[in-house]
Amino acid sequence: MKLKLALFAVMMSILTVLTGCEQLTVLDPKGPQAERLASDIMLTMLMMAGIVIAVFVWLVIMLVKYRASKQPADYEPPHIEGNPWVEGILVGIPVLIVAFLSFVSVQSNYIVESAPQGYEEKEPLVVYASSSDWKWHFSYPEEGIETVNYLYIPTDRPLEFRLYSHGPITSFWIPQLGGQKYAMNAHVTKLHLAADVEGDYMGRNANFSGEGFAENKFDVTAMNQEEFDDWVKEVKATAEPITEEKFEKLLEPGHLGRMTFTGTHLEFSPAPEHHHEGDKYEDKDEHKHSEEHHSASDKESSDHDKHMNHDE
Amino acid sequence: MEFFERFAIPHPSFAIYASMVAAGLTLIAIVAGLTYFKKWGYLWREWITTVDHKRIGIMYLISALMMLFRGGVDAIMMRAQLAVPDNTLLDSQHYNEIFTTHGVVMILFMAMPFIIFFMNFVVPLQIGARDVAFPRLNALSFWLFFMGAMLFNISFMVGGSPDAGWTSYFPLADGESVGSHYYMIAIQIAGIGTLMTGINFITTILKMRAPGMTLMKMPMFTWASLITSVIIVFAFPVLTVALAMGTMDLLFGTQFFTLENGGMAMLWANLFWVWGHPEVYILILPAFGIYSEIISTSARRNLYGYKSMVGSMVLISLLSFVVWAHHFFTMGQGAFANSIFSITTMAIAVPTGVKIFNWLLTLWKGKIEFTTPMLYSILFIPLFTLGGVTGVMLAMSAADYQYHNTMFLVAHFHNVIIPGVVFAMLAGLTFYWPKMFGFMLNEKIGKWTAWLLSIGFLLAFMPMYVTGLDGQARRMYTYSESTGFGPLNMVSFVGAAIMAVGFVLIVYNIYYSVRYASRDISADPWDARTLEWATHTPVPEYNFAITPEVASSEALWDVKKKGHVLFKGDYEKIHMPNNSGVPFIMSCIFFAWGFSLVFSLWIPAIITTIGIFICMTLRSFEKDHGHYISVKEIEDTESEMRGA
Ligand code: HEM
Ligand SMILES: [Cu+2]
Ligand SMILES: [Cu+2]
Repeated sequence: MKLKLALFAVMMSILTVLTGCEQLTVLDPKGPQAERLASDIMLTMLMMAGIVIAVFVWLVIMLVKYRASKQPADYEPPHIEGNPWVEGILVGIPVLIVAFLSFVSVQSNYIVESAPQGYEEKEPLVVYASSSDWKWHFSYPEEGIETVNYLYIPTDRPLEFRLYSHGPITSFWIPQLGGQKYAMNAHVTKLHLAADVEGDYMGRNANFSGEGFAENKFDVTAMNQEEFDDWVKEVKATAEPITEEKFEKLLEPGHLGRMTFTGTHLEFSPAPEHHHEGDKYEDKDEHKHSEEHHSASDKESSDHDKHMNHDE
Repeated sequence: MEFFERFAIPHPSFAIYASMVAAGLTLIAIVAGLTYFKKWGYLWREWITTVDHKRIGIMYLISALMMLFRGGVDAIMMRAQLAVPDNTLLDSQHYNEIFTTHGVVMILFMAMPFIIFFMNFVVPLQIGARDVAFPRLNALSFWLFFMGAMLFNISFMVGGSPDAGWTSYFPLADGESVGSHYYMIAIQIAGIGTLMTGINFITTILKMRAPGMTLMKMPMFTWASLITSVIIVFAFPVLTVALAMGTMDLLFGTQFFTLENGGMAMLWANLFWVWGHPEVYILILPAFGIYSEIISTSARRNLYGYKSMVGSMVLISLLSFVVWAHHFFTMGQGAFANSIFSITTMAIAVPTGVKIFNWLLTLWKGKIEFTTPMLYSILFIPLFTLGGVTGVMLAMSAADYQYHNTMFLVAHFHNVIIPGVVFAMLAGLTFYWPKMFGFMLNEKIGKWTAWLLSIGFLLAFMPMYVTGLDGQARRMYTYSESTGFGPLNMVSFVGAAIMAVGFVLIVYNIYYSVRYASRDISADPWDARTLEWATHTPVPEYNFAITPEVASSEALWDVKKKGHVLFKGDYEKIHMPNNSGVPFIMSCIFFAWGFSLVFSLWIPAIITTIGIFICMTLRSFEKDHGHYISVKEIEDTESEMRGA
């Protein structure tokens, strides 16, 4: 009875996993980066399923074979200390698995951190994606336009997102195009994506950022380059310019719908890209107390060294 | 009026008022009960001032069980909120407070005291000692932990709960409400207690082992406790410093982690996880120790691969300090750093695998008895393996860009923590219950509990792997119907409800067994192998009338099978420490100190700070050499125990 219940639960959970797999967002990639991640995920899932099944089968055999009720009353289990050969093999197999996965992992790391494969030759579209409580601001510096809470991107062209935050740490995530990355207050992080397929995708902040976090999402629309160019032209013709005053208002906590502007806020509120030792003098005027300059900027740069190297 | 306003809850709800009333009534009931039955004196003499490691252990146990239910109610509320899309049971702020409290309470105020309960109760018995190295410090550790926990627990009634997650990342934890103050200060107070526990047990295990018990003859749980204590001593100071910096940011306007003036939010993230990752091994290694004891006892065989068990624990403890950055692979630290942390993280799978194989090989050629503790241990093996392999998946740093911050992660860590830690605690609780209280817990109810928890666990957490891969982020208080997360979240809620039934069954089991279980049991009801079972039940104050002499890691088994003699020589008078009220009083002052700091009440804060120093000064001038138990007394106790 209990065993049946347990089996039922296991079956149910396996079934839900299997039936779900096909359409699951992360396993339904629409770009080269997401594809690589999805294939890594499937590969590890299969290998790991093998391990779980092996352990499970081994356990069941032990339990069936050596249960007390099956053995003579006077059976005395032997004293076995261990065996270097057995233990060597049992260490060897996981070492091999881990070595193989490490290889795959390192390779994938370099892939997701560089321009998408197949797109190396093309000029990337640079988009600054910055978050504020609880919105996303997308600045297209080359096009000279800015949107709020929605993102239009061309297909077949590499995308270089530069992420930062006007408030708490957030995480920029479009699961069907690739993995997420943090947007932080003091740094710009880069995320390389690309879309192969036209369509609408879900994008959101994945890192908890307070009360309005759940609604902190945006729509992504991938279209071909002509349509994209048309859209840029249209925005330039119809949208209002973004001003410092308007932007300050947008930063106040709250939710907003989609918005479109000409110009970008980077002009009057630049991204925190100069966070290197060499650039520290540029930061100086940001400090409130000029007499603290020396110590404050020293502290900043040494702190930054302690902290791990960011990719810039 | 303004003065009182800050003690009010910022966003009250019916649930909060109801629990305030419940808390008030419970308090009144306890006070009235103690007065009516005239138990104040008993409570003070026998429990509050005790320095006996067994009683301190039991107080840890009671606190942990209470907190299990507190955290469990939070869990059910969260699952209920997420069971259907666009639910309005909880609002966003309330949900945020609940998952924050749930995380902190479960890890720091439930799992930690639970494993410290085992260390306190079992380790001295298992190494043949009469107490821990510093009994009074042990009492202080407990009371500091307890006061920290209580301070944290009143937050939702007085002033408001923390709401920035158990990780409390800055600059989100900016201290606009007092919630983050509670977080910083309550954890600090409890953490100091834990740090002292670590020091205490390293000393105890290294210095107080019975003659003959070399390091490589220590039982596995003692090994696990030793390594855990070492991790505590290296990891907790980091937390202490991080919390102190955070407290200064919140209270005194320093800018370690702020947005301006060079404050570094990621410095907090680094410090937090330099402590936080080893912390999970602080929880899991004692659990491994408990499983080792139970599996070898119930398979009626020695533990396979003792040396590799010890070696793998040492390796895990070292590796646990070099993986912390896997908690922020997505921080933009570059492919090289991510590769290093990806490899070190996956490397932990190897020693962990060694342990699983050794348990499987311990079953080999054994004579397995399916007792309740063993049932938990058997269920643990496949369930924990499942959690372990998803951990390897997460360790693939590039792929983690897709798992990070999603329900996949939530599923993974509950998948290691529930079968790994919670099941071990329940298995160990059932296993050691007769030694503590002189009767067994009901086996039938126990097995039902184990099955219900396992089935509930699978239903509650397997769907999360799926919704995670489907894009459901963690810590979202709601989602829209169009996401399609609804049905699986409902399954999850059903699973959580089944688990809740399981937890209630534990209480019922205790009640049932108190009433009906036979009191006529031997001191060694599981036919066990280690020294703690060579004591009388209940264990006398001095544990062992004569210090035992040990020949292997299975001292009691040697007695049973090889005719080994544990207790040689005659009774001698035994030196024991005196009870003391100082640890309790000092911790109460700590509580008042913490409360004052939370609300920036500077004058009380200064007074209590002075009070703490007075306590310490008085202690250093105190002349207390303990007392002796005479040979006559020992003889009387021993013959009475043997007669019973
Ligand atoms: C007993 C059944 C349990 C259920 C149903 C449960 C459920 C949950 C849920 C729904 C969340 C929040 C997910 C989110 O919105 O992000 C959560 C978070 C968490 N749980 Fe549990 N949980 C359980 C037991 C435990 C145990 C035993 C522990 C630890 C010993 C634990 C530790 C945590 C932690 C650390 C978090 C993260 C909190 C945060 O995001 O800050 N849980 N749990
Ligand atoms: Cu940095
Ligand atoms: Cu970790």
